[in-house]
Amino acid sequence: MGKFFFWSVLVSVFFGILSGKIAEVSAAALEESFHAAELSFKLLGSLCFWSGILETAKQSGIVEKLCKILKPFLTLVFPGLKKEEKALGAISMNVAANLLGLGNAATPLGISAMKELHKISGFSSAATAEMVCFVVINTASLQLLPTTIATMRLENGAEKPLDILPAVWLVSACSLVLGIMAAKIGFPKGEKE
Amino acid sequence: MSTVLSTDLIIPAVVAFITGFAVYKKVDVFASFLKGAKEGLGSAVSVFPALCFLMTAIGMLRQSGFIEMLTGFVSPFAEKIGFPPEVLPLAVLRPFSGSGALGYYEELCENLAAGSFPEKVASVLMGGSETTFYTVAVYYGAIGIKNGRNTVPAALTADFAAAILSVFFVNLLQR
Repeated sequence: MGKFFFWSVLVSVFFGILSGKIAEVSAAALEESFHAAELSFKLLGSLCFWSGILETAKQSGIVEKLCKILKPFLTLVFPGLKKEEKALGAISMNVAANLLGLGNAATPLGISAMKELHKISGFSSAATAEMVCFVVINTASLQLLPTTIATMRLENGAEKPLDILPAVWLVSACSLVLGIMAAKIGFPKGEKE
Repeated sequence: MSTVLSTDLIIPAVVAFITGFAVYKKVDVFASFLKGAKEGLGSAVSVFPALCFLMTAIGMLRQSGFIEMLTGFVSPFAEKIGFPPEVLPLAVLRPFSGSGALGYYEELCENLAAGSFPEKVASVLMGGSETTFYTVAVYYGAIGIKNGRNTVPAALTADFAAAILSVFFVNLLQR
């Protein structure tokens, strides 16, 4: 991650000078941390709210029930988690929120799942194969109804804003499968931290 | 248009169902909520440094003209597979910035006819992908992972596939 920062700053300065936009680059360097703070504040609210809801759902046994339904699919992708009920439960909730299009809820629930995976790894500072796979799933879209886009299309005068659904599903499904495959095949085997 | 507005119903319904079921199971809802929310508070605090780091890097990249350069670099290839040129910056921007991509999409919508081929490709692309770098930073930042192994290459593979496939499937299903 350190290298990523170094290279992006170097590239920004280089292109900034080249395209005469160095003033904008400088402004971004100063201002983006405020945007990050704004975003973190928004995230703080949804994190607290949905983590509270998740704990309530855990204690009432809903998570366990949901987990039972999704377990056959999840253990296909996460064979190492067969006996890790807590992690599977949190992952189930995240996947369910993603499918329903509750992006606000999916992130906090995903973070809970990451915490469980972190515990299983013995608090390693490097990502485990399960973590890579789980994060890749969350960078692909699982949403069944892209409501934001549908609403914008409707406002733009599309007669059938949802006519793109089959294409959206196929794109999501194929890119998801490819992402998971890339996560599994590319994971460095036998490498120590 | 009830389907379009369905999220307005889903969130209250999910929250009502979870709390209702908990009350029925005699869970102390207030106590369980506070316990979970407290954990969420800790996560938010640990996410901030990672977000600060990533957003500064990406903000600088966006302002520097790098994204435009990257767009120009991939455009000959995009042309060959029939990728609509006006949608290309959206595909390049999508993994980097959620708000940036949405803003660009909004602009595209205003300039393109609803139901036209480029408009559909842009919509499918928006519906079928996520803001990769943000997700990676938040998820790993929350638990202090420093080495993400092959996460970013794998996630970008999925994004790349989504861009190509959105042209392919719109061609196949919508024309």
